[in-house]
Amino acid sequence: MTLYLPIAELSVNWIVIVGLGALVGFLSGMFGVGGGFLTTPLLIFYGIPPAVAVASSATQITGSSVSGALAYWRRGGVDFKMGGVLVAGGFIGAALGSVLFRWLQQLGQIDVTINLVYVLLLGTVGGLMLRESLATMRRTARGVVPARHRHNPFIAALPWKMRFYKSGLYISPLAPLALGAIVGILTVSLGVGGGFIMVPAMIYLLGMSTNTVLGTSLFQIIFVTAATTMLHSVESQTVDIILAGLLLIGGVIGAQLGVRAAQRLSPVRLRLGLALILLAVAIRLAIGLTLRPAELFSIFGPA
Amino acid sequence: MKRLGLLLVWLLAVGAAPVRLITDISQNRIDIVYTFKGAELLVFGAIQYPRGSVPDERPGLAIVVRGPAEPITLRKKARVAGIWINTASVRFETAPGFYAVATSAPIKTLVDERNAAIWEIGVDYLQLSPSTGGGTEVDEFTRGLVDLRRRTGLWSEQEGRVGITQNILYQARITIPAAVPVGAYTAEIYLIRHGKVIARSATPITIDKSGFERWVYVAAQTQGLAYGFVAVWLALVAGWVASLIVRRT
Repeated sequence: MTLYLPIAELSVNWIVIVGLGALVGFLSGMFGVGGGFLTTPLLIFYGIPPAVAVASSATQITGSSVSGALAYWRRGGVDFKMGGVLVAGGFIGAALGSVLFRWLQQLGQIDVTINLVYVLLLGTVGGLMLRESLATMRRTARGVVPARHRHNPFIAALPWKMRFYKSGLYISPLAPLALGAIVGILTVSLGVGGGFIMVPAMIYLLGMSTNTVLGTSLFQIIFVTAATTMLHSVESQTVDIILAGLLLIGGVIGAQLGVRAAQRLSPVRLRLGLALILLAVAIRLAIGLTLRPAELFSIFGPA
Repeated sequence: MKRLGLLLVWLLAVGAAPVRLITDISQNRIDIVYTFKGAELLVFGAIQYPRGSVPDERPGLAIVVRGPAEPITLRKKARVAGIWINTASVRFETAPGFYAVATSAPIKTLVDERNAAIWEIGVDYLQLSPSTGGGTEVDEFTRGLVDLRRRTGLWSEQEGRVGITQNILYQARITIPAAVPVGAYTAEIYLIRHGKVIARSATPITIDKSGFERWVYVAAQTQGLAYGFVAVWLALVAGWVASLIVRRT
């Protein structure tokens, strides 16, 4: 049952890793998120060195995003023009992120920063989604149709507006470029696809029509996570192919089950479920940051 | 055992001037392959006394297996604004990645402080070359490091675990955990009398990844770009295959 990981340099129980991939795949199939926000902390918790966990999780997300993106593409749910802008932003963000990552590593603050950013991001996004989905559920119970709010005034004021026909938008490409860049930084430093940030931002900030949001965000994730894998492979040699492969095997199986489970649930309930999961992970990480750790000392390799 | 027997016969027949230690190891090379779960080394050998005169007194022995030393930074967490973050740090220039000692008696009674420090017999006598901070802080960090490494099984002391037969033959088992660093190791045997080292021997051991694991590791280290392409390609193919399966069902 044990398998030695050549890059992480330790033996793992491969069933646990495949199971982890399946769990994350199930969530990604069910909610349309990459699930990196769960993979990375769980891998670190299992004992995989953080740098290897971040890099290998990015590789796994590439695989799980491809199958999702292909499914949306067949249904015409990918806006390639918008996707292209997001990818360009993502590459800029990935480059910035790798500089930031190395700097924090030298300071010895990488693990604390990763945890803190996770708590802030997951807490904020989870809290917003929880409020939104509860409000929607109350409104539908009362039979009121919600008005779609579009055109954030700040984003509408940006120059060089372009038409994105598929998304039904006439906005400046600077907004999606910046969004892509922020997600790119997160992908490189946290090993997440960033879908859980990008999807709400595309809906609520950019005002994209919902039928292209998931497909386009997955399209961006494929390219940025692939670039991240390349960056980590060349710069830090922390991509563990065996680890990523195990996660992929589990992810493929889990995603199918997740898609089937999702068909039996209403979208609002799905959002509520995802919000609760995000908040639970955020709370767990926040507890870890504030409680006195069992181990006060930690070893940092030759640096 | 047959090898040991032959060794014993040869020793009794020959005999030489100074006390010498003759050592062999069950494995001079440990290959880390995909099933690697750690290993157990059997270090064994014989003491060759001058003119074959075996003393009545039970000999004192320390068997040390050590891995490559590397510089590491140890950081300590402290509470800042309600959260625990890394604050103070101490750099250790020569912390061995692996260190195990088996002795024939408790280290305190076996060897005197001076000899223990010279030959680094016992975890407390490792020369770690800490390079920041002063006095008490370094002591605290050293204890922290020893504690961490002991719990992961990378540093260990097995007092009284060297088996001695007829005051000539000796043997000890050293456990190598799965998370062991690769590199050049040595097995050092010290013969100790009245607290002083009177004879020693050193035998090299190699621990390295082998087969597919080695191939992957070397590829990642030397062909980063190609390795990255392969990783991405594998992920893309896996995703594509998954979408085919989903479409069919």
